[in-house]
Amino acid sequence: MTESAALLELRTVTQQFGGVTALSEVDLGVPEGAIFALIGPNGAGKTTVFNLITGVYRPTAGSLWFGGAKISGKRPHEVARVGIARTFQNIRLFDNMSALENVMVGADARHDSSVVGAALGLRRHRREERDGRERGMQLLDLVGITRVAEDTAKGLSYGDQRRLEIARALATQPRLLLLDEPAAGMNPAEKEQLGVLIRKIRDIGVTVFLIEHDMGLVMQVSDRVAVLDFGQKIADDTPSAVRTDPRVIEAYLGAPADAT
Amino acid sequence: MRRIGLPDVIGPISDRWSRLPTPARYVVYVIAIVAAFALPADSIGSFMSPQSDWSAILFYPIGVYILLAIGLNVVVGQAGLLDLGYVAFFAIGGYTMGKIGLSLKWDFWVILPCGIAAAAVAGVILGAPTLRLRGDYLAIVTLGFGEIIRITANNLNFTGGPRGLSGIPNPPSVGSFSALQFNVATTKPFYYLVLVMIILAIVLVKRLERSRVGRAWAAIREDEDAAEVMGVPTFRFKLWAFAIGACIGGAAGVLFAAQTISITPEDFPFLLSSYIVVAVVLGGSGNLAGVILGAFLVAWLPERFRGFADYRVLAFGGALVLMMIVRPEGLLPSRRRRAELAEGTGGMGSLGGGVGGAQTQAVRIEAVETDAVQTGAVESEAAP
Ligand SMILES: Nc1ncnc2c1ncn2[C@@H]1O[C@H](COP(=O)(O)OP(=O)(O)OP(=O)(O)O)[C@@H](O)[C@H]1O
Ligand SMILES: [Mg+2]
Repeated sequence: MTESAALLELRTVTQQFGGVTALSEVDLGVPEGAIFALIGPNGAGKTTVFNLITGVYRPTAGSLWFGGAKISGKRPHEVARVGIARTFQNIRLFDNMSALENVMVGADARHDSSVVGAALGLRRHRREERDGRERGMQLLDLVGITRVAEDTAKGLSYGDQRRLEIARALATQPRLLLLDEPAAGMNPAEKEQLGVLIRKIRDIGVTVFLIEHDMGLVMQVSDRVAVLDFGQKIADDTPSAVRTDPRVIEAYLGAPADAT
Repeated sequence: MRRIGLPDVIGPISDRWSRLPTPARYVVYVIAIVAAFALPADSIGSFMSPQSDWSAILFYPIGVYILLAIGLNVVVGQAGLLDLGYVAFFAIGGYTMGKIGLSLKWDFWVILPCGIAAAAVAGVILGAPTLRLRGDYLAIVTLGFGEIIRITANNLNFTGGPRGLSGIPNPPSVGSFSALQFNVATTKPFYYLVLVMIILAIVLVKRLERSRVGRAWAAIREDEDAAEVMGVPTFRFKLWAFAIGACIGGAAGVLFAAQTISITPEDFPFLLSSYIVVAVVLGGSGNLAGVILGAFLVAWLPERFRGFADYRVLAFGGALVLMMIVRPEGLLPSRRRRAELAEGTGGMGSLGGGVGGAQTQAVRIEAVETDAVQTGAVESEAAP
């Protein structure tokens, strides 16, 4: 992975909430085509990074760039259109819609038919409905849950809900997919499948930015790993280098100096 | 945990309905339309409305209330936004008809699109600044808007002040068909006219419901922040819901003014807004059949039992409280709506909480994100 081809860049990003500094002058570059992992102890600021990227928060200082264009300041739905999709750490599906409808909402991010077109049933609208349905089914197939396509989202098993979130995000046709602790609550077999799925997603040309607590999964799939601790980046390297970095070990084991 | 009740009976029926083959459903639609056109018959009227002219009542309040309820349902039932000043759009349609009809002497059919457009513009003007507000504020602002329109009409010479406008032209009659003679002496033609509008409104609303627009509204209702992140321009779609609701309300207003010939500000009280909200909620927000039934009952019951007219508001209040206790999902709720209410994400709560500004939105996402622990996430979400 070459550094120069960063698809996503955070430039000295600081994020404060009142008195709390969640991120402090963080620089980050996610190379195109990579599986990039972000790890760190609870409360380190990882989810805050995703909320900044997707426009949910605006950075207190610094800027975010995607494919060479500035994205900080854009609204979330605009960020989605630019080609960034995400899943949520706690699952946030549209509970009472079917699995397929959930994915179709994602697919609609790429559709242009207007309200008038939908009201009159114009040709483009009908084509896009068909496209959304087909693409939706393909994606449910990719993540392996076609059998529950018509079930309401909240009725799905935990693992299936996580998979549905990934399918819904992919339906927006992203160049970059943000996964916030996708393995949380999965059993070892499901984690194994997830690892395969993440690679498959990368192989179809989507760059993956992964937040994960499961070190086994991180070490297994990532091309590069960055580490956050108390809102500061303390490492950014290959998986094997990060694993042996003394600062990272210290952060995870909790050095006495950090105890306040 | 739950008692077995009407929902458990209606649920399977509506499930079966949605699984019926399309031709079978069209047969039912055709029968319903034929029945609706046969409704003004005297034999039906003698039972439904022994004291007053049945086909007149079928036009107003029944037909007009149904049309208004279909429009408000887009806003309240589909997009989940509580609008307490919906009567404003009805008034704008009515005054557009009156003013243009009197001063420019235009035809009803030319004024109709003008009234719709005027209401839509008002909807956008009201929605643009307020749809970024949180839900409870939206309810208050819309309530105020409804009153402002009425009070303005009351105070302007342009709108005739408290005496309003009179001598508004009827729609032009067509040929010599008795069903298409529009004048003070005829009632059925106006009913047929409102019926056609109701059918058109149903077709429009149903199409939207089954499209990306309906999906976007449902997504906004369920989780507005997640919808936004998934690429749904939530503000734009909420504005559309407002505008479409306003259009239908405006159309109803034009028709109403063209039938009654004279309108005053007192035709557009806050009470009318609340009746329509009652109709939508009573019937089962989101489900069109339920909403139509709700509007029918709200309009018809007081006419049928005229002796009790003084107790009308009391009866509504009582009925509403009773409904909220025994059947909060409405008479004929949509399947999705029923589920939302069962888990506490929908209903009056979500009607109120439909909107979020950037600030509240950020905090809410954080609030859910940071306390989520590995496997506990799903359970903690289910808890209220
Ligand atoms: N909107 C907010 N308002 C106030 N504080 C916030 C907000 N969002 C995040 N924080 C704080 O910022 C810090 C980082 O939170 P964040 O959710 O990014 O951590 P995380 O690394 O994702 O943790 P976890 O592994 O537990 O998910 C925490 O101290 C959190 O309380
Ligand atoms: Mg987190």
